[in-house]
Amino acid sequence: MPVPCPNQSARVVVGNPVLSIRGLSRRFPGVQALDRVDLAVERGEIHALMGENGAGKSTLIKTLTGVFPRDAGEAALDGVPVNPKSPRAAERLGISTVYQEVNLIPDLSVAENICLGRQPVFLGAIRWGAIARRARQALSRLDLKVDVSRQLSSYPIAIQQLVAIARALDISAKLLILDEPTSSLDDGEAEELFKILRKLRGDGLGILFVTHFLEQVYKLCDSVTILRNGRLVGRFPIKELPRVKLVAHMMGKELQEVEALAQKRVHAAPVREETALLKATGLGRKGSIHPLDLEIRPGEVVGLAGLLGSGRTETARLLFGIDKPDQGSLEIDGVPAILRSPRAAIRQRIALTPEDRKVAGIIPNLTVRENIILALQAGRGPWKRLSRADQEKLADRFIQGLAIKTPHRDQLVKNLSGGNQQKVLLARWLATAARIFILDEPTRGIDVGAKAEVEKLVGALRQDGLGVLFISSELEEIVRQSQRVIVLRDRRQVGELAGAAISVDAILQTIAKEDPEARAA
Amino acid sequence: MSPIFDALFWLAFGALLYAVRRQRILWPLLALALLLLFNQLFTPGFFRLQVLEGHLYGSRIDILNQGAKVMLLSLGMVLVIATGGVDLSVGAVMAIAAAVAARLVVTSSSATPLAIAAAIAASLLAGAWNGLLVAGFGVQPIVATLILMVAGRGIAQLITEGQIINFSDPLMVFLGNGHLFGLPFTLSLVLAMLLLTHLLVRRTALGLFIESVGDNDRASRYSGISSRQVKFFAYTFSGFCAGLAGLIASSNIKSADANNIGLYLELDAILAVVVGGTALTGGRFYLIGAVIGALFIQTLTTTLYARNVSADISPVPKALVIIGVCLLQSEPFRERLHRLLSRQPA
Repeated sequence: MPVPCPNQSARVVVGNPVLSIRGLSRRFPGVQALDRVDLAVERGEIHALMGENGAGKSTLIKTLTGVFPRDAGEAALDGVPVNPKSPRAAERLGISTVYQEVNLIPDLSVAENICLGRQPVFLGAIRWGAIARRARQALSRLDLKVDVSRQLSSYPIAIQQLVAIARALDISAKLLILDEPTSSLDDGEAEELFKILRKLRGDGLGILFVTHFLEQVYKLCDSVTILRNGRLVGRFPIKELPRVKLVAHMMGKELQEVEALAQKRVHAAPVREETALLKATGLGRKGSIHPLDLEIRPGEVVGLAGLLGSGRTETARLLFGIDKPDQGSLEIDGVPAILRSPRAAIRQRIALTPEDRKVAGIIPNLTVRENIILALQAGRGPWKRLSRADQEKLADRFIQGLAIKTPHRDQLVKNLSGGNQQKVLLARWLATAARIFILDEPTRGIDVGAKAEVEKLVGALRQDGLGVLFISSELEEIVRQSQRVIVLRDRRQVGELAGAAISVDAILQTIAKEDPEARAA
Repeated sequence: MSPIFDALFWLAFGALLYAVRRQRILWPLLALALLLLFNQLFTPGFFRLQVLEGHLYGSRIDILNQGAKVMLLSLGMVLVIATGGVDLSVGAVMAIAAAVAARLVVTSSSATPLAIAAAIAASLLAGAWNGLLVAGFGVQPIVATLILMVAGRGIAQLITEGQIINFSDPLMVFLGNGHLFGLPFTLSLVLAMLLLTHLLVRRTALGLFIESVGDNDRASRYSGISSRQVKFFAYTFSGFCAGLAGLIASSNIKSADANNIGLYLELDAILAVVVGGTALTGGRFYLIGAVIGALFIQTLTTTLYARNVSADISPVPKALVIIGVCLLQSEPFRERLHRLLSRQPA
């Protein structure tokens, strides 16, 4: 049934939108991911799109840009109805998107990635010189100086993200969509990005900005649209929306819980037991992380704080046997141990939820049930198979216990939202007898509500007498959770804070203080 | 009498289709049903069944008998493909197994079962070699198995000393030509292997590990699965299946022809796996789907033969039908087709 084009009088809130969406709907098996959602982005406006896990933000963007077909509703760009069938078609219309996870080709050069799909050609031959020039131009708008001929994967994720943004800016876009662009950027990089976004806003571009960071919304955005469970909650000018209201809109009724959590600070005096669960002495690896000392005791959460690239993930890789240390020693339960592989680490009852959940964490095309029992089954080996009934019991227990939002235990895990995937990964290890949990950015890319739940889970692990290494770029989280904090900078341990000494300020000062070794050198 | 049997056949097939209507193997089974239906309607004599000397004969029996080799190969191939790899060497491994068995039954006085065991051992060794290259040394599966695909026939030639070895050993002849329960023995062998493979991967956690490794190797390793052992197993098992297929192939022609046994059958096996619904990118696999895929390919071959399509041009209609089946399997294609059909006039 054809819906009439939106006429001017039908739009109440918006004056001169570059993008207006009306009644957009999209259903997935078992989930109404989008239910008649309206959205408008004005020219020269940075518009925030916010919502909890599973609110429908990513689905909205993917439906708008033609990744999925829409079930109903319509979109207009500059007043002209559009219905792109693919992201490329959307790009040609002037809708450029930078997705949450970097969607570039790691094996190609930076320049190729920026120009891919729209290479300048002469007589059918690619003009490599022009590609490099155009890439450098695009990157110079971001004040980013990288060698455009180098392979993309040789750069850290933050740079890759900026390249993705440069790629989007390379097209003469009318609307720029940024799906959580800052989740892997440090503050400095994010600030750089904001500078560019403000300039683009000045040029009259409409920007749709999806984020979980409240600060950024208030710092950067003009207005906000809030979704919850696939439905529109409302569109608000940001100046007229107090933070508490914003959070309340996003989360529905769980507001008190969040406020309580924000107040709470856990730093009970560290438990001093005879032996540490895990003790690293001078453990290091050339080119990865300088030697560091680290101890995790039973019932203790040790925070690992530092800027992006400070060696947090590298530390996790050493402790989980992914990289082999070339110096120092490791003791587990007071017994010297050498971890040659993740399997060896798992045998020592160490668990890791990796930073890059999609690439190294979930098995996307297996079900929630299979993902949950995977590590337990791997520990039992192939011959002692868990019976189907046991698997289901286990899966249901964790789906309930961790409030994993899935229509069914046999849903493919790739269809779950990021926060729920993270919970599945935690469940995978909780199902085993793991005693040392290395959680690398467990709350990255997930919303406030799920963050609170993950933090609650970390608290539960501590109370059960397990050891946790908690890695996060959100210092508040680390301060709330940790009994001790190890601070890293430039791949070097620069300090350790304990108990009442732990605060965001103290961590920042530790990071900022002058390095005695560097001065000596 | 024959109309009654045909009616019963279609009733059973219909019930089977209904039973699997929500499963992935619906598509290959449906394709097979359509092909058989075509023959029921347009190919005279295709559905005729005869009993001669207590054995059942007919086109459908021929299909089961002739298709046995690719069905066996597909059992191993589906596991290899599920790990994200491919085994191009199965045709050559068939030739090696045939050469070993034929050489031993002809030249030595050793017992035939021993010769058969030696042939199986050789094929296991060949599979393990592939597994070592892929899982142990990280060689790309296509490259690793291409080595044996090319070199394997040379090895088989060495074993037969460049001769075509003919044999008349009763047990060896029985493998590919004998009957059991009134049906070709190969059918029992395929069913036994299907059951064995099913138990091996689904009654243990091997199947889960294979799918996990094929879907996300890194995440599987981080979960404690030994991706190397899983891959090594898959290639070794594929070698084993190829060995069995090679014994049947040589038994069929009562000789070991190193140049021609199993020639291009690796391609049929890969095709069978794909038709059966398993993606070449790895992950979820469908064991029974692969066997149905192999049956489908054999039915297509037999159909073209029965309709007097010259062997020179029969690959063309075969390719067209298979493209159609693969498109039906493809989720994006089905979605697009659905959209196209349900599109309303603007």
